[in-house]
Amino acid sequence: MTAGPLHVGDSVVVEREHLEQLLQALVSRGYEVVGPTLREGAIVYDHLTSTEDLPSGWTDEQAGGKYRLKRRQDHALFAYVVGPHSWKKFLCPPLQRLWQAARNGKGMRILPEEEPATPKYAFFGVRACELSAIAIQDKVFLDGQFVDPGYKARRENLFLLAVNCGLAGGNCFCASMNTGPKATSGFDLALTELSQNGRHYFLAELGSVRGAEILAAVPHQPANDADKQHAERILDDTTRHMGRRLDTRGIKELLYRNYEHPQWDNVTERCLSCANCTMVCPTCFCTTVEDVTDLTGEHAERWRRWDSCFSVDFSYIHGGSVRATPRSRYRQWMTHKLATWIDQFGVSGCVGCGRCITWCPVGIDITVEAGAIRESDSVKAPADQSKDSA
Amino acid sequence: MFEQTEVVTAGLVPDPMLPVPYRIQRVKQETDDTFTLEILPEDSGKGFSFAPGQFNMLYVFGVGEVPISISSDPDDAPLLKHTTRVVGTVTKAMRKLKRGEIMGIRGPFGSHWPVEQAAGRDVVIVAGGIGLAPLRPALYRLMAEREKFRRIVLLYGTRTPEDMLYRHELEQWRGKFDLEIEVTVDRAASTWRGNVGVVTTMIPRAPFSPSNTFAMVCGPEVMMRFTVMELLKRGVAAERIYLSAERNMKCGIGFCGHCQYGPTFVCKDGPVFAFPSIAPILGKSEI
Amino acid sequence: MIQTLEPILREHPFFHGMEDQHVRLIAGCSKNVRFGEGQVIFREGDPADHFYLIREGLVSVQFVIPHDGLTTMLTVGGGEVLGWSWLFPPYRWHFDARAQQPTHALAFDGKCLRAKCDEDHDLGYEIYKRFMQVVTERLEATRLQLLDMYGSHV
Repeated sequence: MTAGPLHVGDSVVVEREHLEQLLQALVSRGYEVVGPTLREGAIVYDHLTSTEDLPSGWTDEQAGGKYRLKRRQDHALFAYVVGPHSWKKFLCPPLQRLWQAARNGKGMRILPEEEPATPKYAFFGVRACELSAIAIQDKVFLDGQFVDPGYKARRENLFLLAVNCGLAGGNCFCASMNTGPKATSGFDLALTELSQNGRHYFLAELGSVRGAEILAAVPHQPANDADKQHAERILDDTTRHMGRRLDTRGIKELLYRNYEHPQWDNVTERCLSCANCTMVCPTCFCTTVEDVTDLTGEHAERWRRWDSCFSVDFSYIHGGSVRATPRSRYRQWMTHKLATWIDQFGVSGCVGCGRCITWCPVGIDITVEAGAIRESDSVKAPADQSKDSA
Repeated sequence: MFEQTEVVTAGLVPDPMLPVPYRIQRVKQETDDTFTLEILPEDSGKGFSFAPGQFNMLYVFGVGEVPISISSDPDDAPLLKHTTRVVGTVTKAMRKLKRGEIMGIRGPFGSHWPVEQAAGRDVVIVAGGIGLAPLRPALYRLMAEREKFRRIVLLYGTRTPEDMLYRHELEQWRGKFDLEIEVTVDRAASTWRGNVGVVTTMIPRAPFSPSNTFAMVCGPEVMMRFTVMELLKRGVAAERIYLSAERNMKCGIGFCGHCQYGPTFVCKDGPVFAFPSIAPILGKSEI
Repeated sequence: MIQTLEPILREHPFFHGMEDQHVRLIAGCSKNVRFGEGQVIFREGDPADHFYLIREGLVSVQFVIPHDGLTTMLTVGGGEVLGWSWLFPPYRWHFDARAQQPTHALAFDGKCLRAKCDEDHDLGYEIYKRFMQVVTERLEATRLQLLDMYGSHV
């Protein structure tokens, strides 16, 4: 077992065969464990009953508009990056009933949702970029004048078991966004998967008292310097092999002075306004509200569901949409993500996970688009230069 | 004055998404497509007061919810008045509501006209069309403490004389308080004896001292842009010009993302903005 | 008469920045006029030999439209300039002008001024510069009017 009490900041080693006990320790404490699992040709986030549900020996290959799973020669449990799901599907459910109302005669009564006990989630296998994304959504839903009570409840009960990435994906650029690949804060436990001479084990860093308490129930040994250095080397390697890069120097001002850059016209030729990027992005938080009623008209409900700034009527006010063209909507999304988000929340809205690049049907790459704008910053296209002013 | 009370729910924090039932006291047709609802909370303990310029989310049972500026006197709270045009499904259904019926209210939300900053100054209010509705609470505030301000000028432009809001009240104010009111229309009927022309044309000759003036502007965006231009031309300080913007809203509390206007959320950074804060994006297309 | 109007002209923003000799010249072509409520100031087609600086009151710029009768396109009030048709051939008014309220104005003899501008191009430049400003302001205001910005969009 273990020697001595565990403290936040300590690192220990857990053997692969004991990882199951870690998962079960969470289950026995009433957590609903969700994490990566294979389904329909992708690694998605879903309920885990045991570590058998993890995509052992699988990896993913990602490029612009491309996602493929490939078999590995080993039994690594976390040798892939991120898939089409992000943890926001649990913290901000795609479809949520906010309340019901009943009409009786000339009166109306609002019936707040009697939530079934708020699920107590344990996210098993959160990447560093995703920890950042959760922290960003915390700013939106918890740090403003109003607090989203559902988000707050789900967030408070949340156990975060992070995993440091042992490899970088084809579309990854967390290093550019300073969000990874190493998980540095915001987790209860952070694992780095190690393999040496046939030994399959994990370096586990304790991030909280809650994490220490769970780990105390699992066989472990203190980590030695060799283990820590091994983990560090893996992370350095991951950092050096990022699939993409985004130059973030002055990016807010860059986008603010380029609202009329010809690159927006260029991307419009390709963008389908399909909204995939917003669905897979772990920080996109836009929702809409639908008020419905039953046939009698006596019972009404308000539902909240995920929405996207790419939809035509997203910005509709009487008479028409403010962002009527796809050009303006792509510009809105990208400028929000990389620039206005900083003014709104003090941090970038992008964590460099690359999902938007992978899941864009035409492979639009946010790093390439930003790069194109930077390259010809405020310089008009030749055609514009010859125009006389009106 | 009522303090804002919060609706407590089964959840851990008060839920700002829950509407509070309000009963309609009166429905007044203002012009052929504009009407005012006067409402009171069903539970008097749930009433609230508000600051001029703020808005509520108004819910019509089973139909939907829209953001509408409050246009009543803050001193009359918990009574609320909302003036709106019929422009879509929800407002159409709202128009059909009758005295005694119930609707849902969430609010008050948003920033307000900082009338206190106008103390000791001339005050210019430029309203276009239904833009007078969100300005009316500010006018009530000004008149409630008239001695704190120097000259107060209201410039009001509408499409036609028939589209003017609150005509009776405007007459009363003109007479009772030391308030200069100039109205103008874009299109005159042959019986109209007053000014004809866009409201911006009244700014150059309006009686105020630009170096010590506080301005509040509300109306269609293009009207606000040109009004600001005229005010700046006359020498009014940019930071003393306030505007009220409008965008699509689904939540009113900064969660749904719909009301974003550049880096601002109109529901919480606005709807009232100091001109310098939106100057870079005002007039930019499709922002 | 000439002496009393010069100071009034000098005070008016329209003449700011103009040299004394030019103001004097113009004052020489000006006189005080009054119009009663409803009084016609000029009609469409009349020779345009004057322009007016409204001191007090309200003047309607109107068109006669069959079926609609007299339609006011614009009103011109205290401090504003009325009339630029005196500057350009055929020197005829393009609209009616009627006093909506008792109106007190300064009337300027356009014929006289045109002759003076032909002699003294510097004076001409100053006059045209100022009228250009009035015309552009009216044009911009007219564009806004055309936008029908309060119109219902439904």
